[in-house]
Amino acid sequence: MRGSIKDNSEVFLKNEERTNWHDKALWFVREKRDLAAKSIPEWEQLREKASAVKMHTLSNLDQYLIEFEENALKNGVKVHWAKDGEEHNRIIEEILQSHQVKKVVKSKSMLTEECHLNPHLESKGIEVIDTDLGERIIQLKKEPPSHIVMPAIHLKKEEVSELFHEKWNTEKGNNDPVYLTYQARLSLRKDFLTADAAITGVNFAVAETGEVVVCTNEGNADVGTHIAPLQIHSMGIEKLIPQREHLGIFTRMLARSATGQPVTVYTSHFRKPKKEGEMHIVLVDNKRSERLSKEKYWTSLKCIRCGACMNTCPIYRRSGGHSYEATIPGPIGSILAPNLDTEKYSDLPFASTLCGSCSDVCPVKINIHEQLFFWRQDIGRSNVLPKSKKISMKIMAGVLGNPAVYKMFGKMMRISLKLLPSSIFENKLNTWAKNRKMMEAPKESFQEWYQKRKK
Amino acid sequence: MKIALSIPCFIDQFYPQVGVAAVELLEKLNIDFEVPKNQTCCGQPMANSGYENEAIKTYHHFVNLFKDYDKTVMISGSCTHHVQHNYTHIEQTNEVKNVRNNIEDISQFLLNHYIDEIGPVHFPHRIALHTGCHSLRGQRFGTSSELVTEKKTGLEGMLKHVTGVELVPLSRPNECCGFGGTFSVVHEAISIKMGRDKLNDVQDKEIEYLISNDMSCLMHLEGIIKKEHRNIKVAHILELLNGSIK
Repeated sequence: MRGSIKDNSEVFLKNEERTNWHDKALWFVREKRDLAAKSIPEWEQLREKASAVKMHTLSNLDQYLIEFEENALKNGVKVHWAKDGEEHNRIIEEILQSHQVKKVVKSKSMLTEECHLNPHLESKGIEVIDTDLGERIIQLKKEPPSHIVMPAIHLKKEEVSELFHEKWNTEKGNNDPVYLTYQARLSLRKDFLTADAAITGVNFAVAETGEVVVCTNEGNADVGTHIAPLQIHSMGIEKLIPQREHLGIFTRMLARSATGQPVTVYTSHFRKPKKEGEMHIVLVDNKRSERLSKEKYWTSLKCIRCGACMNTCPIYRRSGGHSYEATIPGPIGSILAPNLDTEKYSDLPFASTLCGSCSDVCPVKINIHEQLFFWRQDIGRSNVLPKSKKISMKIMAGVLGNPAVYKMFGKMMRISLKLLPSSIFENKLNTWAKNRKMMEAPKESFQEWYQKRKK
Repeated sequence: MKIALSIPCFIDQFYPQVGVAAVELLEKLNIDFEVPKNQTCCGQPMANSGYENEAIKTYHHFVNLFKDYDKTVMISGSCTHHVQHNYTHIEQTNEVKNVRNNIEDISQFLLNHYIDEIGPVHFPHRIALHTGCHSLRGQRFGTSSELVTEKKTGLEGMLKHVTGVELVPLSRPNECCGFGGTFSVVHEAISIKMGRDKLNDVQDKEIEYLISNDMSCLMHLEGIIKKEHRNIKVAHILELLNGSIK
């Protein structure tokens, strides 16, 4: 059973010191993003362009996918199509089995998280090592990522030190990040040298050339694919862009939006298999084409997974990524998840004040907060919400839709607030007043005052 | 020009002094306006909860009240935003379109047309400003900190003829206060935390008054202030400009 973000965030908030730390760490990234974005005077035009290129590509996705496949095949790449996560996992398993692969190194990929690839391969006896430092940490800790760019952002360095000590017998209590990183490097190096295959995610796929582009800061995708004879790249079909020159828009925005860096340390283009090597690309739909047909929601496919909406979101920062219990947390996750299972994720679109910061920070201009509002309506209509909520809305509608009832109701409420002891209102049933004082009741409403005054 | 003053339900019931400030200001400016009788609500609470169908009757009531005016000035950026953006749910008759096109947040209306006729008002206090998110990002009343564009004048522009005031910038000037309508109840814990963080910032800077163009943000924050006996006062910008802050 999936826990609700309401319950989960309440648990998270119980530790206020940690919440403050989490909030500040992510706000720091948001501020770095601001500085980086402001270093480009034409930032808003870039956003416009990025959005337009994505909209165009998505509107002609069938053709670009065909073009991409043709060019990839010409490059000697083997191309696979997966309609869902299950098929994706099966394809990868088959490729690996046919090469007697025992051990795979994997660089960051939210898609393989979405498809639950790791547990699938592990169940078939294949060892999977995540090689992005943050991902390796949470893999050792047996936790899902709490952020799409900084998967271990919820952990403090002391906790990482403890974990490494437990798993790798590193020096107890040594919390020096340089030391810890070096230990991870030593461990990962062994894995890189002994892996039979490498799997990566994909940031962009260029239709014109059939190449895929992977952006990392640690170079782990490069080491993995360069050493192992077999390389596999998993990508959602929405990752396409028409031409190489369009990368100039996206690579300028991706790292700036994500971490405030001008560019990722490594931006690697993979076009053809290395000598005596094999290169596979798996294109995954997993309900993306279904989303493409939804008028209100298809533009969410523009997302380039920068995570800026998470860093800016006042709710994400104060509830932590795990509270969402969705592969992708935060504002974008809250409009993506209901596409996969509306009922299961029906609480997420309500975990927002609709402040709109996510939409303003988004480098590809997805109207995230508007889509949250649309989802609320679809969910409200679909009868998955508790009946009590609908009844209270009907009562509210009865009051607000009828001026005479409204007047009477308002008056009764104000009289009761004035005359009755405050404990009547400030009780457990009134969530508003749990941590807030009730409003003071004026002796007359504005409209009563105005009508009297006119006479 | 026929102008109507629109009053949000929570101001009508809990903060009539803000409505009074609006009336007195408009009168001082010699603006001819009416306050249509039988006002209730814009319907936003139902729609934000996912029940816009339940809000339809309220939408029609609102449109009926304001359809014959050339301009509707509303004492809330958020309610204004709701009418502008979400009344798409009912049939787009000329009346509906008129109301959607002609509604404006009163703060923005005054800033755009009358700011030099307001004041001078003497307000010798340390204050901070909080622009409601729907005004800031939905109506571009000011420039949100995410955007890389030339800064547009917003709420601070309304202090043009206020003397003696000391405006203190907040650490995260555009961070939402945590109200969010029914969010404040459904996600009470996060809402309260957001409110406290905002108030801590205000308190750390020894600010006396937190001034906003949206009373709903202040209703939430004031509830926390009073519960926790914090030494911060809140007021609507109209009360400040009308010189009626008590």
